[in-house]
Amino acid sequence: MSNIQKAFSNGKAFIAFLTCGDPDLETTAAAVRAAVNGGADLIELGIPFSDPTAEGPVIQGANLRALRGGVTTDKIFAFVKELRKDVSVPLVFMTYANVVFSYGTERFAAACREIGIDGLILPDVPYEEKGDFLPACQQYGIELISLIAPTSENRIAKIAKDAEGFLYIVSSLGVTGMRSEIQTDLSAIVAAVRQNTTIPCAIGFGISTPAQAKKMAGLADGVIVGSAIVKLLEKHGKEAPPYIADYVRSMKDAIR
Amino acid sequence: MTTSETRKGRFGIHGGQYIPETLMNAVIELEKAYEQYKNDPDFNRELTTLLNEYAGRPSRLYYAQKMTRDLGGAKIYLKREDLNHTGAHKINNVLGQALLAKKMGKTRLIAETGAGQHGVATATAAALMNMSCVVFMGEEDTRRQTLNVYRMRLLGAEVIPVTTGTATLKDAVSEAMREWTSRIADTHYCLGSVMGPHPFPTIVRDFQAVISKEIKAQILEKEGRLPDAVLACVGGGSNAIGSFYHFIEDKGVRLIGCEAAGRGVDTFETAATIATGKLGIFHGMKSYFCQDQYGQIAPVYSISAGLDYPGIGPEHAYLHDIGRAEYVAITDEEAVCAFEYLARTEGIIPAIESAHAVAYAMKLAPTMRKDQILVITISGRGDKDCAAIARYRGEDLHE
Repeated sequence: MSNIQKAFSNGKAFIAFLTCGDPDLETTAAAVRAAVNGGADLIELGIPFSDPTAEGPVIQGANLRALRGGVTTDKIFAFVKELRKDVSVPLVFMTYANVVFSYGTERFAAACREIGIDGLILPDVPYEEKGDFLPACQQYGIELISLIAPTSENRIAKIAKDAEGFLYIVSSLGVTGMRSEIQTDLSAIVAAVRQNTTIPCAIGFGISTPAQAKKMAGLADGVIVGSAIVKLLEKHGKEAPPYIADYVRSMKDAIR
Repeated sequence: MTTSETRKGRFGIHGGQYIPETLMNAVIELEKAYEQYKNDPDFNRELTTLLNEYAGRPSRLYYAQKMTRDLGGAKIYLKREDLNHTGAHKINNVLGQALLAKKMGKTRLIAETGAGQHGVATATAAALMNMSCVVFMGEEDTRRQTLNVYRMRLLGAEVIPVTTGTATLKDAVSEAMREWTSRIADTHYCLGSVMGPHPFPTIVRDFQAVISKEIKAQILEKEGRLPDAVLACVGGGSNAIGSFYHFIEDKGVRLIGCEAAGRGVDTFETAATIATGKLGIFHGMKSYFCQDQYGQIAPVYSISAGLDYPGIGPEHAYLHDIGRAEYVAITDEEAVCAFEYLARTEGIIPAIESAHAVAYAMKLAPTMRKDQILVITISGRGDKDCAAIARYRGEDLHE
């Protein structure tokens, strides 16, 4: 079992997303520990990008705050190395193709392995373009997480068959952000996924309340929450970690 | 005619489809529809009728006698895309894409725009074809181009000012992509340049290739031979690829793209991608981009809202790699001088974008022999720029 899949061995998984350096790396470190204390099973660490085309306004804002604060890929690597001394849950990076490509894909993957990153999510790299990233990730044991969207339809089988780590099921059309209602027929998508792979699948995009989390966890192996957590950072800044711990606890309790 | 597409959706190492999974089936569906219609006689007849009867094609290839005499070198011809309906080359691509979208059963067009020319063209096609239209435009650009914003609204389009990032063209593209991921079924993203994910660079190139097809026929008729050089301005690069395409195999024709250097390629206030960018992946494509050492896209600058983009289309990146096309950088000051020069010399006010190509012609023509021929594509007309240029020259003029 890969390290990432261990996140799914404690009941339904709660996956928390944070943007590194929003508003600074000390706060991110405290926020990660708070999320883990609240019961998060896996942490997605966003490396900010100037033009995050898959994000809604909330996470766009986090990207901008982090970049304005001067965070860089190298500073984030040093930060994760430090974090790994006491944080043992699986950690994956979520960023955009150009951040990895410009760093040098192999150099990036090697650094991930050295600092203890388990996986990588690139929302602007679909199945067809994995070839730029997969060889380096495989060489250094970094699992490249695939996404499945409400529009994937005939593509689900091939994506699921080749998937590693876990499958990120995008709940709704559009960008990241909180939604009052999720209308996609996710049970059909999950069923199609299950026919093609045994790796776990988690649903993300638009989930913010314990009731939504409970419903989504009923369909899949875990839920991913980003904007709702980033919103706490936007509101409370450096004081956000205790709020994050409470929030994550309420979400994890709802899906247990 | 061969193409520089080296394998599906790739121009050498450039191109590809670096987009969210949510959009993959939409671009695959678009590619299939395009493959079906591009050789369909009825589709092509309908498009040709629109281009000729509605947009006013073919556009003139005008011998700029006074400019030729004044510069004292090569014989200069101007390809007058500024005379098209809506005032720029953008209509060529938009009529093609709107017709294709209509055939695909789409009822709504979304578009990004920089200077507003592509937005106006899209709003125009939407009005003509009974489609609804939403245009994303950087807030900064809505201020620079207030008249075009009004024009789009007059045509029935909704204009959404984009406030994220640098509030210019790249942010308008990002926002249009975000909108497309949220509403795909009835919506076609009418991309305005030879950029973005496959098949857009190919589709837009094919619809703009009418420019070089006409130049070739017109120059052969007028001069009995091919030109020595073809010049066009480059942002994403649609009028340039349109002007180059049918000459790519004619190795004796120099192809020269003129990028916006802004305040200079040695400053941070530039948009010259070939001069200052490096290989990257952004807005759906692998190509050259202005970016920092960590891959963060640079906040580029040019006086021209239409060239104010941090990337370049993948086919241009490839033509640069193989040395088939040359790319030069023209500063704001040089472009403004050329804008004024063409107005006074030929009585033609070019778009500030096109003035970048005129500016390089002013340097190049005097170094060429009098029996040589140079073609400059005047991609658009400059009415939209008059107020901004007046302000650049210190006049207190507002629209």
